[in-house]
Amino acid sequence: MTLALAVDISLILLVLAVAGWTIAVRDTFASVIGFVAYGLLLTLVWVRLAAPDVALTEAAIGGGLTGALLIGAAARLRRTEAAARTEYPGALTRILAAVLAAIVAAALAMSVLALPDPAPTLALATAASLATTGVGNPITAVLLAFRAMDTLLEAIVVLLALLGVWSLAPDRAWGGWPGPRRHVNPDGVLAWLARLLAPIGIIVGLYIFWIGADLPGGKFQGATILAAMWLLVIKASLADTPPISRTWLRVLLVTGPLVFIAIGFAGSLTAGAVLAYPEGYAKPLIIAIEIALMPTLVLTLVLLVLGAPQRTPPG
Amino acid sequence: MSLILDIFTIITVLAGAFFFFAGTVGLLRFPDTLTRLHALTKADNLGLGLVVMGLLPQAEWPFDSIKLIAIWLFALLAGATVGQLMARAARRGRTTP
Repeated sequence: MTLALAVDISLILLVLAVAGWTIAVRDTFASVIGFVAYGLLLTLVWVRLAAPDVALTEAAIGGGLTGALLIGAAARLRRTEAAARTEYPGALTRILAAVLAAIVAAALAMSVLALPDPAPTLALATAASLATTGVGNPITAVLLAFRAMDTLLEAIVVLLALLGVWSLAPDRAWGGWPGPRRHVNPDGVLAWLARLLAPIGIIVGLYIFWIGADLPGGKFQGATILAAMWLLVIKASLADTPPISRTWLRVLLVTGPLVFIAIGFAGSLTAGAVLAYPEGYAKPLIIAIEIALMPTLVLTLVLLVLGAPQRTPPG
Repeated sequence: MSLILDIFTIITVLAGAFFFFAGTVGLLRFPDTLTRLHALTKADNLGLGLVVMGLLPQAEWPFDSIKLIAIWLFALLAGATVGQLMARAARRGRTTP
């Protein structure tokens, strides 16, 4: 018990130190590396809080995907960084920003500390109604049955983010290939790694996706692993990305949310409420939504990391 | 029997922790990128291998044990290839040491 407490306290101190370092360090790239390390430490915190679902998501999305996006942004900003540093904000701006951040942090801390003990929870209600959904993992039941609206909006927000990235494309590249053309030695280490790891990674990603119905896992975590494998193959130049004008690509991008919305509205006819499932059909419908969302999520995550189209479209 | 297995776990995990410690010291103290990479990947390979070996008697056969070994093999693969890639990038002088 005391050993576990010692581990927890050192973990907390480490998280705080890395968070402080990430803010304090001046170099953008170093700050991004700090952020990724912070995400991985936060994963350990979630594991210690017995929340493996959150831990998986934090590792996949918070540390991995956001880290990849930020590294890409830092690499792009590198050329202009020296110029940006001359426009460093004045002392007053920085003090005001620090005060504002401290007030927000204090308000958050106070509202957490002011919670009654034991904290109000819907966990018991969730556990009591879990059987009506047919899935074994309460997190999946919350995400796709009890709070399906949040998940639907989340899927749409990710798609909107991709449209935002695409809208940064120059006119001549619209409809073209995202990212620069890559030339990597086809017999090199990276290509070798992509050939070896991608098949294994695809199986692991599908396993995490499938196990999500009953155990920690699910479509977001599985989709991130599949997206990482695809990105590895692209970066090793074993396959190029499809140009964004391809019809199948655009169809896949909207399939997930459309299937979700269709099943949701069908619920108002068959079960009396939008996003409600008729009795006995909850689990097959939830799995249908997850299977439809999976390719959409993989494609969206890959295209988000690759960025706006840069090369002129075919034909 | 379980006492012997526990002692085995404690000794091998401690040995693994020693390699991680040595690798971290090397990462901080070695003079250039290539030697620092050497220290880092050594710690991953040997340190993690010893920790996994020490945990095997405590894990449930077969799936937990296989998962532990798989984690070690993946870390080996990632460490070896990323070490190679970083070393090449450093030799071409694309990254600052």
